[in-house]
Amino acid sequence: MNILIAVLIVVVIGLIVGIVLAVASVLMAVPVDEKAVQIQEQLPGANCGACGFSGCSGYAAALSKGEAKLGLCSPGGQAVIDAIAPIIGAESVQSVPKTAVVHCNGNDDNTSKVTRYQGLQSCLAATQLYGGMGECSYGCIGFGDCMAACEYGAIKVCSGVAIVNPEECKACGKCVEACPKKLISIEPKKPHAVVKCSNCDKGALTRKSCKVGCIGCMKCVKVCENDAVKVENFHAVIDPEKCTACGKCVEQCPQKVIHLSK
Amino acid sequence: MSLTQLVGIFLAAILTENYILCKFFGICPFLGVSKKLDTALGMSAAVTFVMVLATAVTWPIYTFILVPKELDYLQTLVFILVIAGLVQLVEIVLKKYMPPLYNALGIYLPLITTNCAVLGVTMLVLDKGVENPSFGYIASLVNALGAGIGFLVAMVMFAGVRERLESCDIPKSLQGLPITLVSASLVACSFLGFNGIVDKLLQ
Repeated sequence: MNILIAVLIVVVIGLIVGIVLAVASVLMAVPVDEKAVQIQEQLPGANCGACGFSGCSGYAAALSKGEAKLGLCSPGGQAVIDAIAPIIGAESVQSVPKTAVVHCNGNDDNTSKVTRYQGLQSCLAATQLYGGMGECSYGCIGFGDCMAACEYGAIKVCSGVAIVNPEECKACGKCVEACPKKLISIEPKKPHAVVKCSNCDKGALTRKSCKVGCIGCMKCVKVCENDAVKVENFHAVIDPEKCTACGKCVEQCPQKVIHLSK
Repeated sequence: MSLTQLVGIFLAAILTENYILCKFFGICPFLGVSKKLDTALGMSAAVTFVMVLATAVTWPIYTFILVPKELDYLQTLVFILVIAGLVQLVEIVLKKYMPPLYNALGIYLPLITTNCAVLGVTMLVLDKGVENPSFGYIASLVNALGAGIGFLVAMVMFAGVRERLESCDIPKSLQGLPITLVSASLVACSFLGFNGIVDKLLQ
């Protein structure tokens, strides 16, 4: 008899819990966005955040509500745009592939170290101590925090400077965040001139610390026909949208700071 | 039960009877979720919430249903059933009314269903009631809240220890779980120092 009561009590408690849960799940059902689920299936699932949303699910939700533009997913590229466009009923857009660019060329031949550093082998840690070991306090540290952040193996450090392989780069922007010197930017993958220096010192100081530092001489600004070059904080900055890769600034640059990217 | 006694119960649950570091319950989230400070905080908040809620529901069930029928041997089974149901309910309510918190807790919420610290709190509270008849419903709830806060203290402390371990030069054979267990035992040792402190404080 006793065992019957025991069974009964457990069954009744189980039933009550079950009924409460069933009622609650009906009363408080959250409508699932079918479109967002479909879109998320098409996204690469890298959760890199290059689109500016919190991972692929965030971008999918924003797309289905019409709050986000197509083509923000750089790892997915054109294939993802073509797959998503019919789901949200929008015209497919042409994607411009992008790649990360390191704005420093201060390798071991061009600049030198002034302090010896034996701490944690990380750019962020080294930067905390007097801004790093290099003669140029704006340049690449070379411990490869960006290399560690890259999930696609697109960055390597060659003789003290990080170099991006545009073939492998998916432009997710993780290296941009990882670089304590803010030397990396995401730029369109098309031929344009790139300033490989971010030094904010005056020309005379820059010339002492690095052989290939931008001294802000303004020659590139004057020669550019498309108004694409500006000098900000004593170094040149090129707008890749305006640049036509004519190569005139590359020829004019006395310090050989400007390179043509493919 | 006076306020002083309740404060005593609360402090004792945090320091001398810390469920992780003195009773060794809930070691799984303690080792698994303590890698980063923010996830440790989220997990502890969820655990505290469920501990108090579970005690609030299981104490009456035990006292008014199981004990009169002499079925107290069923407590493990019934408590797990109730805790699992509660966690599901909390999940549904959070999803509807507090989506940011729901997203922040993520996988940790369902994991609490099988967290032995929650079951331990609801069951050990009853043992205290047997030893000391004045340890009633309110005292049980205060004890559960203290246990949750103690969980939070242990998690946050250990998250701090582990963040420091990240940049240490650890011998290869000790890297990973071994050094984590060694540091966990050292933190637990330090909590032994609180023995008797609460009784003396309130005398």
